[in-house]
Amino acid sequence: MTQTSAHATPHSSAATPAPQPPLIEVTDLQVHFPVRAGILFDHQVAAVRAVDGLSFSLHRGEVLGLVGESGCGKSTTGRAVARLERPTAGSIRLDGTDISRLRGTELRRVRRRVQMIFQDPFASLNPRMTIGQLVGEPLGVHRLVAKDERPVRVAELLRTVGLDPASVSRYPHEFSGGQRQRIGIARALAVEPEVIVADEPISALDVSIQAQVVNLLADLRAAYGLAFLFIAHDLAVVRHVSDRVAVMYLGKIVELADRDDLYAHALHPYTQALLSAVPVPDPVVEQHREQIILHGDVPSPMSPPSGCRFRTRCWKAQEVCAEVEPPLVELATRHWTACHFPDVT
Amino acid sequence: MALLEVSDLRTEFTGKNGTVAAVDGVSFTVSRGEALGLVGESGCGKSVTALSLLRLLPASARIAGGSIRLDGRDLLALGEREIRRIRGREVAMIFQDPMTSLNPIMPVGRQIAELLECKLHLSRRRARLRVIELLEMVGIPSPTTRVDAFAHQLSGGMRQRIVIAMALSCQPKLIIADEPTTALDVTIQAQILSLLRALASDLGTALILITHDLGVVAGMTQRIHVMYGGRIVEKATTQELFANPRMPYTWGLLRSLPRLDHPRADRLTPIDGAPPDLADGAAGCRFEPRCGHRQEICGASEPGLVSAPRHTIAEDGHEVRCWATQPDGWLADATTTAGQP
Repeated sequence: MTQTSAHATPHSSAATPAPQPPLIEVTDLQVHFPVRAGILFDHQVAAVRAVDGLSFSLHRGEVLGLVGESGCGKSTTGRAVARLERPTAGSIRLDGTDISRLRGTELRRVRRRVQMIFQDPFASLNPRMTIGQLVGEPLGVHRLVAKDERPVRVAELLRTVGLDPASVSRYPHEFSGGQRQRIGIARALAVEPEVIVADEPISALDVSIQAQVVNLLADLRAAYGLAFLFIAHDLAVVRHVSDRVAVMYLGKIVELADRDDLYAHALHPYTQALLSAVPVPDPVVEQHREQIILHGDVPSPMSPPSGCRFRTRCWKAQEVCAEVEPPLVELATRHWTACHFPDVT
Repeated sequence: MALLEVSDLRTEFTGKNGTVAAVDGVSFTVSRGEALGLVGESGCGKSVTALSLLRLLPASARIAGGSIRLDGRDLLALGEREIRRIRGREVAMIFQDPMTSLNPIMPVGRQIAELLECKLHLSRRRARLRVIELLEMVGIPSPTTRVDAFAHQLSGGMRQRIVIAMALSCQPKLIIADEPTTALDVTIQAQILSLLRALASDLGTALILITHDLGVVAGMTQRIHVMYGGRIVEKATTQELFANPRMPYTWGLLRSLPRLDHPRADRLTPIDGAPPDLADGAAGCRFEPRCGHRQEICGASEPGLVSAPRHTIAEDGHEVRCWATQPDGWLADATTTAGQP
């Protein structure tokens, strides 16, 4: 087991030279939200460090899963990649061009290539627009299809996501949660993007409907060669859809590896705890399995712990964990982890 | 005698489009100290069943039939004053979202103390001491200071611990927990479930655990009832339900989940269609439109809840509401493996 130098980043693995540059390359991304106080002398008193130095890459046609608990910064990361959030520092390269500072027309051009699917299909669709208007809107905004040809394209999009094209004149409230999520997906697909940031796309749906939407996303990926940044808290779903998985804790990536490798050989204690916390739908397994129960809560991202951010809940923590922040290093081939005492055997 | 006996419960909601039975002919029992899981998707009637038990229904709903007996007393026959004595003291409830079930402008300790003063007639001082004991029991660090904290100063997991402490405060015989961990993160969910499991077995409290998550009930309950469209469609012991599920809907639920303890499949097997609209009032089996095993009879008339055919591992009390898998049905001999590819 060799440690590569700390200067290497998770997307420039020496072991497997990437044949082509990544589609999206995120380097040292930070997104901080200012906390302001005072009326007359309004000033920033603190910052919520939602995302605090992330680096990862996403290749063409790849699905990168981003998991973590609420408040870990996974959604903020996704919103920054889709440029719904302006990064505080760091860069986001799309095909080599830094998009982290773009505005106006140039930003709109990026939006055509990077689209987003949101968690709550009830909140993300304008209730006063018909399905036809909702799905046709991006075609107009990006001037992709002439107005008279739009209905044909809208019908085609609805068919692609498994909705009846005859429903163009109906409103979102007439559809079930699963169907509404399909409308959101059709809207994202309308501009023929290369990357889709899917932020908890199935967690608001019923159990029996979740699998339908997961299968739809898999079909679309195969048909259009889409790359996905798939954000979710459900580790079983993330394993199902992802090629690689990044685990986040308090604004940092603590582990990043190929899917099977991560689920079979998690090196970081937080990843191990997360995996062990998932209840198994089998009473026999449940009775006999050893569960790691973490104590305490996630600390505030306004004042994260010194050194390793997980040390306050970690059963392996030693003095060094409070003093030195462990860098994200490649401990095994394409398997990166940020821990002073990783579980390497 | 069972602690709780619900028979033929029917709860109706009246809206501008008429009357809909959200719970339709639901019968079950809970024994002392037993943990029962009620499982189903949104709209299946599991939460309305829970609310009906304590008569906490909204104004648009009413219990249209059936009986609910707790220790032999019919809760539906009690007056408002008497049912209030049951709430909290004999049957307590834990809701999904601890932020909305706690008063935001009253210290959390006071909220529990109020219950002790009002239900158990403790003095203010004794109530406070008891609250601190309770907070300690549910694993709240530094309970002597947290007793004066407000809900917004606590994390989601801490808030749910407070709600559990409140539910336990009067030592009820039965706790109804409606999606108690759905709003929580997985690591916190694991904490809360292990707490609930330990407390229920230490105190001998019976538990009705309502959830959509089959993983949660697997490790927490002795028996499970699966609900669909306002009805119970399968009843079995927890072991039996997972080892030998008999209802195509249960097969579908188990199959559609990606599981960490199974090898990764390339494709999930969803249940087609969507949960039923209860206002439609179909004549047949409520799962028929989505069922892959349906035959003509399924759409024409509704099957009753009958004992499932005995197989080698089948235990007593396994009941199923399905034409196909009941003893003389066309899938009567289907084993789990045949039902679940």
